Amino acid sequence: MSKGEPLRLHVPEPTGRPGCNTDFSYLRLSPAGAVRRPEVDVTPMDTRDLAYSLISVLDAEGNAVGPWAPQIDIELVRKGMRAMMKTRIFDSRMLMAQRQKKMSFYMQSLGEEAIGTAQALALNVDDMCFPTYRQQSILIVRDYPMVDMICQLMSNERDPLKGRQLPVMYSVKKAGFFSISGNLATQYIQAVGWGMASAIKGDTKIASAWIGDGATAEADFDTALTFAHVYRAPVILNVVNNQWAISTFQAIAGGEDTTFAARGVGCGIASLRVDGNDFLAVYAASCWAAERARRNLGPCLIEWVTYRAGPHSTSDDPSKYRPADDWSHFPLGDPIARLKQYLIKAGAWSEQEHEETQKRLEAEVLTAQKESEQYGTMASGHTFSPAEMFDGIYKELPEHLRVQRQQLGI
Amino acid sequence: MAENTVKTPMTMIQALRSAMDVMLEKDEQVVVFGQDVGYFGGVFRCTEGLQKKYGTSRVFDTPISEGGIVGVAIGMGAYGLRPCIEIQFADYIYPAYDQIVSEAARLRFRSAGDFTAPITIRTPCGGGIYGGQTHSQSPEAVFAHVCGLRTVMPSNPYDAKGLLISSIENDDPVIFLEPKRLYNGPFDGHHDKPVVPWSQNPLGEVPEGYYTVPLDKAAIFRPGKQLTVLAYGTMVWVSEAAARETGIDAEIIDLRSLWPLDLATIVESVKKTGRCVVVHEATRTCGFGAELVSLVQEHCFYHLEAPIERVTGWDTPYPHAQEWAYFPGPARVGAAFKRAVEA
Repeated sequence: MSKGEPLRLHVPEPTGRPGCNTDFSYLRLSPAGAVRRPEVDVTPMDTRDLAYSLISVLDAEGNAVGPWAPQIDIELVRKGMRAMMKTRIFDSRMLMAQRQKKMSFYMQSLGEEAIGTAQALALNVDDMCFPTYRQQSILIVRDYPMVDMICQLMSNERDPLKGRQLPVMYSVKKAGFFSISGNLATQYIQAVGWGMASAIKGDTKIASAWIGDGATAEADFDTALTFAHVYRAPVILNVVNNQWAISTFQAIAGGEDTTFAARGVGCGIASLRVDGNDFLAVYAASCWAAERARRNLGPCLIEWVTYRAGPHSTSDDPSKYRPADDWSHFPLGDPIARLKQYLIKAGAWSEQEHEETQKRLEAEVLTAQKESEQYGTMASGHTFSPAEMFDGIYKELPEHLRVQRQQLGI
Repeated sequence: MAENTVKTPMTMIQALRSAMDVMLEKDEQVVVFGQDVGYFGGVFRCTEGLQKKYGTSRVFDTPISEGGIVGVAIGMGAYGLRPCIEIQFADYIYPAYDQIVSEAARLRFRSAGDFTAPITIRTPCGGGIYGGQTHSQSPEAVFAHVCGLRTVMPSNPYDAKGLLISSIENDDPVIFLEPKRLYNGPFDGHHDKPVVPWSQNPLGEVPEGYYTVPLDKAAIFRPGKQLTVLAYGTMVWVSEAAARETGIDAEIIDLRSLWPLDLATIVESVKKTGRCVVVHEATRTCGFGAELVSLVQEHCFYHLEAPIERVTGWDTPYPHAQEWAYFPGPARVGAAFKRAVEA
């Protein structure tokens, strides 16, 4: 390097753009079973190696191997399998409904179904999740009625949110599912506050915070880590690294030559980096983090390495910025296919059951959609009265809003 | 309103502290936190002794992160607590703007009441203290514009305590702006005269226990016949001095609640006087005064006998050396009174 050489701005680029293949060697993978499992009271500094490796349980043959292989009731795994399948079927059906203009907008979670599903199974239903718009699997596995979800998506007369919110921005307190906001990362610090509140009251409930790789660049991400660390808040800080933030590769969020899990260690938070497409690893790591939080040992950050298999949203066309067949090359595969292989090997599933389950769930989703459509769709115009938009801004309707509602003639 | 009759002389600082003390005692869901708020008792002493009395899990220090302070308060509110939090200066509230506007203000609406944000954000505001650019601002218009928020500003110890208790008890998010120039005594803009402490003012007589001053209710600070003055915070006292010095019989309305506000009291007064002057420290353009002028124009047009006047800070950042040329003092306010009366 010669003195006086002109400086150059470094702008990270993904290796794969349309028409060429992605080189996934940047992913820092570890073989299944290779990463150690520390005690839940491990000091955050002693999780450094875990933040730079990858916890996997399922090997290429579908065996559960290594120290993270969870003690889990096979019925619970089957429940998880069905919830993942249901989430995927729900997504594809809603995508179709959006194309038919029955709703204005939709966001799939294709390829990420294991993460929300398995973590929700590791939590209690009164542990509050602070999800982003891509954790619909939590609602599905917590058996929140699909009819209510679809009514929200269609903003119809039975929409629990009265037509006020963009589709997908669910809010279901009774299912431990915090109101989704369009503003990224805001819920991450709120989850920490919720956990702090639980600690202030001497409660036993914990919080589960969710964020994507791209949104970690928001200030609220760092703020949440600082507060969670300072107050030892009982919270699981989930980072879903699906490699993409709309068109932006995770490197430009700050992922190049580092991991998102490492941010946790830097803030004094025990951190894990986990195969997000490995249902058993997600369950095991979530149980570990939940136990740590419940035992007052502090927060845990988990980076889930996965891949956003579908478009960012119904308004997005990924073929404009990444290879069309990228998912088929992603080394961690498909969470449903991998768990299916495991379950069949364990003698708890079969091709026939898979097919029957698929058909049954498709019928269930269709039935739910039909029922929801009875209450209207965006196309049919059956929505809540405009009077609803003045309500609930304040607890009581203030005078100026009463006057404005009157001006609208209602 | 259960009025406690045992009154004690209090500064605004003591009155605010007393309000938090009362609410910490009364409601176990109330928590108080912010930068330097815990052990030290706040840079303005507003929370002195509270941590010692209620413990570190009720009253505590936070990292220097306004977005974090408001963000955790929203999460706590969703859990069921009732946080009363502090942003050290209103000038530093902007890093929390996203949490306040996108989250606290919208949570009830967007979740159809599933979740709420019953939080109070206390923050010292206003100039007249040689605070320069970042210790003098009056950002009330920035919050009054946001649907879902309540914006409140007291002008004396009695109201400060009663309004703060009402704000903490209110289930909507409240931006509680405290004019720091009034912390130790009323200030009429005569910076060359010594400050008269609150102990020599009847509004510094504050009940020791629980009482409330209702939100959305203005106070007639000085009854008058010649013109109506709409003011709040320090400007209430400046307006009173201007009335005294010009001999104009001004009816001074202390709005107390900026938004939602008490429109009926304003309209009744302007219809009576036919003239209106709006006074605030904040910059003029798109300031809260513009909304007040619009409301008066809409509701009192046929009763107006003169154009509505606005006396405000200039459209400049708050300067340091030029403090008294910026601050709308009694001379500028009085001149506007004369224009309004003589028009």
